[in-house]
Order: sequence, then structure tokens, then C-alpha cells
Amino acid sequence: MDRTAQQQPPTAQHDPPESDTSASQAEPSESDGVETGADAVVAALEAAGVDDLFGVQGGAIMPVYDALYDHDELNHVTMAHEQGAAHAADAYGIVTGEPGVCLATSGPGATNLVTGLADASMDSDPVLALTGQVPTDFVGSDAFQETDTTGVTQPITKHNSFAQDPDTVGDAVGTAWALANDGRQGPTLVDLPKDVSLAETTSEPDSPETPDTYSPPTEADEVVVRAATEALEATQRPVILAGGGVIKGEACDRLRSFAREYEIPVVTTMPGLGSFPEDDPLSMGMAGMHGTGYANLALANCDFLLGVGTRFDDRLTGGVETFAPEAEVAHVDIDPAEMSKNIFADYPLVGDARRVLDQLDDAIATGPDLTEWHETCKRWVETYPLEYEMPDSDPLKPEYVVETADAVTPEETIVTTGVGQHQMWACLFWEYTEPRTWVSSHGLGTMGYGLPAAIGAKVAAPETEVVCFEGDGSLLMTIQSLSVAVRENLDITVVVLNNEAIGMVRQWQDGFFEGRHMASEYGWVPEFDTLAEAFGARGFRIDEAEDVEATLTAAHEYDGPAVVDAHIDPEENVYPMVPSGGDNARFALNDEQLEGLE
Amino acid sequence: MSRGELPGAPPEKRRTPDGERTDQGIPVEGVDRQTHEPRRAVLSALVKHEPGVLAEVSGLFSRRQYNIESLTVGETIDDSLARMTIVVEESRPNIDQVKKQLAKRIPVISVRELEEAVQRELVIVKVDGDSPDQVNAITEMYDGQTLDAGPRSITVEITGDEQRIDAAIDAYRQFGIRELTRTGYAALARGEKPTAQVSEPNQAPTEAQVKTETIADD
Repeated sequence: MDRTAQQQPPTAQHDPPESDTSASQAEPSESDGVETGADAVVAALEAAGVDDLFGVQGGAIMPVYDALYDHDELNHVTMAHEQGAAHAADAYGIVTGEPGVCLATSGPGATNLVTGLADASMDSDPVLALTGQVPTDFVGSDAFQETDTTGVTQPITKHNSFAQDPDTVGDAVGTAWALANDGRQGPTLVDLPKDVSLAETTSEPDSPETPDTYSPPTEADEVVVRAATEALEATQRPVILAGGGVIKGEACDRLRSFAREYEIPVVTTMPGLGSFPEDDPLSMGMAGMHGTGYANLALANCDFLLGVGTRFDDRLTGGVETFAPEAEVAHVDIDPAEMSKNIFADYPLVGDARRVLDQLDDAIATGPDLTEWHETCKRWVETYPLEYEMPDSDPLKPEYVVETADAVTPEETIVTTGVGQHQMWACLFWEYTEPRTWVSSHGLGTMGYGLPAAIGAKVAAPETEVVCFEGDGSLLMTIQSLSVAVRENLDITVVVLNNEAIGMVRQWQDGFFEGRHMASEYGWVPEFDTLAEAFGARGFRIDEAEDVEATLTAAHEYDGPAVVDAHIDPEENVYPMVPSGGDNARFALNDEQLEGLE
Repeated sequence: MSRGELPGAPPEKRRTPDGERTDQGIPVEGVDRQTHEPRRAVLSALVKHEPGVLAEVSGLFSRRQYNIESLTVGETIDDSLARMTIVVEESRPNIDQVKKQLAKRIPVISVRELEEAVQRELVIVKVDGDSPDQVNAITEMYDGQTLDAGPRSITVEITGDEQRIDAAIDAYRQFGIRELTRTGYAALARGEKPTAQVSEPNQAPTEAQVKTETIADD
């Protein structure tokens, strides 16, 4: 079979008039044509339909920035730190569904991207990273700001490449964009040596395409589909587990109609929040370590589990021996390597989620009668509701802050978070009804993700409200991004659930380390409202429950970045909780029960 | 609240679906999904011949903790492609994972497990030169070749499968082996059967394809 990578460059060179006309038809803004490798990089971004970029300048990437100078139609958001650029691009990718693009220079610029790329890799978020590199002649000589970027990022990217030729660098960027976008999405990276960016070329890149040898599966094997539907028809206690792949595969509508047609209860994973509306009677909420009691009981007691677009992460499954122990598992995923990786798939359905759900729907003759199962699920919802103490009690409860923020903002508001207790409260006490409104760091658990993600989300959806929940510890890791929100005048609301501690670590110390609070309690944190004002943002502070609604409303209505420093009950912990590796059916609802489970 | 009052039955009280199923959902008799003895598998991967691919593949094995016995790589008749022969010793589910994780990498064009393969390894052995006649006799016995002979040392090469190479090394041991180097396996599928081809990109093989392939190789 022919290989595109080798055939495209001559084609591109032979057809300049054709590609010129098509480019000028599609793109009203006049481009001066490609003169250098850096021009080809920018032309490739335009050919991919990229509108926004997040990056930080630096020596080796300067030629690419210089090429951007003439392209006003590409909106470049100058970030304060490359990690923030990667997170912003990641959030942009989640919200738009297409790769977010980030730029950084060589050496420290590239290594600062690493956390963000690892995060995108774990969550299959589409991100294209472009990094400067020292000139080719210096590569390998330990030159100034030289790092083996493709080597460092190889395990945390879906694909990366080192550009060697100005004539093909544009296509390399296009291929990387397409690979980030197609199949199971993920981060890709192209390393751009300065000499390649500066070198002369007139080679216009083609529109982005994946290599011929890359062919993600579409339809599941019909034999497996029939076997799975036969099992489903005979089931009495089925559950659908909707993962992030449902959203990434644009299969939410399909999954909703499928679940409603056969009246199958739906639990979601954390990345799957929003795939199924939580106000639907069939919704059982989020499952896992801090999932709802009823979602975990549904998983623990189901006899058939249809997992869609999930990789059965350990924070979801707990101990694999006790995960859905009575269930036959049908697993729908576009990545064959996810089949039986963590949880054995009795029915491996490899393919595109939307298409496979069609296949299953077509193959089902009659759905099972689930009246009794619905009764059971309903009983669990009533027995183990999400609860917290009433808000008028002193001190302030974080759950109440999250619920009130949900109440004072529009339905389609996008939520971003950092990582820690605040993230779990944002999962549990905000009601998610639409896909791409939940933007968080799931697999990698990157503290500090929330603020730069809010920037990326707001740039992706300028008309949509963006609320960022952060913890005091988490926010301090990336707070420099606030300068970007101010400079770009982004209307985002940052709500700091401030307990003056690394709360989740402290919760584990209480539960599993005999309450020995080593390096988890700060005892002092900055006044985030004052700090926000110093950045040029608007600062608010909440100490009392009675102020929550008015202050959150004022912050939400403020036209620009607002930071609300909410001083919450420092003793409040996240429940329900299944200890690491535990049995999902045996969750703790308070500190005392957690000690019993240890 | 005591442990006994927590919701749900304890794990030991719950039913578990019996046994294992095939990739097509059909129960396999007599196979317990928990116990999988490691076995040796020879994998052939056709990859793009470009910088970084070897590091990408070897990095995959180390970070996912797959036990690799040997890995060889070399050019093919197509300049743009290279073939890797990888020998792993792993349980059956892990071998499935190795194949799928390998196939998932973008520069990997196709992956096959060779259940019936012609496979050869080469060893170069440098032994003390005190008994040249006896060394020659052993070399002839194993159809080897003498690459270098001096008054103090003799260097020979032997080609064969693993058992043959092991036996030859044992035989040379009596003369005092100074150094040796083994290449690891290179292998192709036996007979008409293709090894791993460009024309069947299994960048993302479905379970059913993987299954079919295993049946075909049986």
C-alpha cells in the first residue's frame, strides 16, 4: 500500500495553483504564501481550521511566532507559563471537540508542557503541541535550552515527530493535528528545529490527513453484537456505564435515546459527566471512589454492564475482584487495547461509540422487563442521597457553595476544576446535563488544572459562562494564569473552596495515616481576594453561608475575571468514599465509617 | 457504624460469572480467567523505518512492564519499512495486550504473532585458542564458521534456533569462552502464510480480527 507521507510532498509541489485557489476560496484573509518552514507550519494550522493558539514565546520558537505576526486571523493567547498553555489547549479541545493548539520554545518551554501533555494523554483530550528546538546542527550537543523533547514526550503523546525538512514540515504539523483529532483522541507534538523553521520553502501543506496506515475501527463485529444483545435481552439488572468516550465520540444523543428506549439505568464515570443528563429519572449519577452510593450499588449489583467509552480506571472500579462481580461486561471502545485491559470484556465491541450503539439497537428484538430493577435502584437513591449539613450552620459548607453557584448561573455553564476535595464537591453537587460542560483533570489528577482550563474554555466558548472551582492548594500551583485572564479580559468566575490545606491528602491522613497531618496543612494561605485585586481581577470573600448567594451572583455578573475566596469548613471531608482498591458496594458516608473500612 | 452495617453483600458472598469467554462472547470450557501461565510468543511487527521507532517500541515494553526476551530490528525490501522480531514471555492476556499496544503506536503498521515460524538466532563466540582442532570440530558439527583465528583466540559464528545455540555455547565452554554476543531471534511465518504485511494494516485490529488470526495460525 502507498504511504502518504512519501507521496504528498511532490504532489503538493506540483499543484501550487490548485491549492492556492482552494485556499483563497476557503480563507478570505489574504496570506502571503509560504516562504519559510515557519510559514508552512502556520499554513498547516490554517488548513486545519485552527482559530486560537495558547503559547509562550522563546528563542527556538521565535521563527514560528514571527510567521504568526502576519496572521491576525489566528488568535494567539499569550500564557504566563507553558503548563498553563497545555491545560488551556486541553480544555479548548474538550469544549470544542477539536485539538487545542499550544506552542512553547525548546528546553524548559517544552518540559513545562509535559504535565499538560501527560494530562491530555490520560484523558484522551485532543491537543497539538508545537515546540521549538535548537538548530539541527546543534541537536545532540547539549546546546543552550536543548532537551530531547520527542524523547521526553514519547510516552505521553499519541504520536510525536521531529521535523527535519522545511518542505514537509507543514504536512507533519497537519498529520499531527489529524492524529490528535481522529480515532481515540490524544495529544500529539511536532518538534521544530529553528533552522527548519527559518529555511526557505514554498511547499504549501495539504489539508490535514492521518497516515494511510492509520485506520481506527468503526463498526463492531456483528457476531459479538448479536451475542451481547442476546445477553442483554435476558438480563434483569443491566446498567450502562457512560465514560468520556461517549462525549468524545459525539454519541451522547445516541446513548440517551438507547438508554431511554430500553429504560436502562445510567451511571457515568467522572469524564463522562454530562454525557447523560443527571436530572433524567434513569440517571444514577457518577460512580467510583467518590461516586454516589446509588451509582456504586448499581454497579456492584448489576448482572449486565454496558461500558461505553470508558477505560475502567482504578478510581472507578476499586478492587477489580469486587467490581460488578455478578455482571457480564459488554465493552464499547474505539481502542482495541482497552478491551480486557483492566476489566475482562465478555463482549468486546470495538468501534465508534455512536455506530456500535446503532448496531446494538438494531440487533435487540425486545428489551428486558426491568420493573423490579427500577424499584431497587429507586430505593438506593432514596436510601443514600447526597447529603451535607444545612448551610445555615456555621462554618460554611463547600457543598452549599457549589450548589448555589449552579443555581445562580445558566444551565449550559461550563465548569472547570483543579484536583482535590473541591473537584469532588464540584462533581457531586453540581448537576450536569450537557456534554462538554465539565472540564477537569481526571486520569492524571493535575492540581492547578482549573484556572488555565477556564481560560481555554472561555476562549473556546466566549458566549458561555465559565465557573472554575479551585482549592487553595491547587490554585496556588498555576495562579500566574490569572494575569492572562486579566490581560485578555476573560469573563470567568473562579471560586476558591479555601480550607487552608491540601484537603484530600489530609482526608487520607485522617482515614489511613492515623491523623498524622504531614505537609498537608498550610496554616496560612494568601488572601485570594486581595491577591486577585493585585492581578487586576475582581476579588470577593465569603465567610458566612448567608453571603454565598449574593456574592456568587455579584461575581458571576462582574464582566471580567472574578475570584471568590470562600472560606469553608476546614473539617469538611468528601463522602461517599470507597477506599483505594476497595469494594464499590462498601462505601463510607462519614469519617467513622471510613475508619471501619480501612 | 460497624463494618457489618455497611450496604451491600461482602465480596465472598457474591456470585461471579464462571470462566472465560472467547472474543466473540462464547464461554470457553475449563479456562479460569484468573490463572494464566506465562508462555513464550514470537511477534513480528512491520514498522516505519524512521528515527525513534525502536525507542518508541522498547519504551512501550518497559513502561508497561512487559517481559521482553529479545528484540531484533532490520531493513526489509522496502527502504521505508523495517521489521522487528520480538520475543516475549507473558501470560495470554498480557500477550494480547502487547500485540494491541504495539499495533496502537502510529509508526507500527502491522503486528502478528508467529505461532509457526522459521526462526534463527546468530551467536558470535570468542574462545581461547589453545585447542584449534577441537574448536574447529565443534564449529563444523554445528555448521558454524570461523570468523577469526589467532594464536590466543578463535572467534566463530553459529546460527540456529535457541536450543542449538545453547548447545553450541555449552560445547565451547570447555575451551574457555572469553566473550560472546547473541542477536536474538529473527523470524518469518512458515510456508505461504504472510508474516506482517503492509496490505493488511491492523493499526487497530478488532478483537474478531485478532481472533481470526490466532485461529488461522493454529
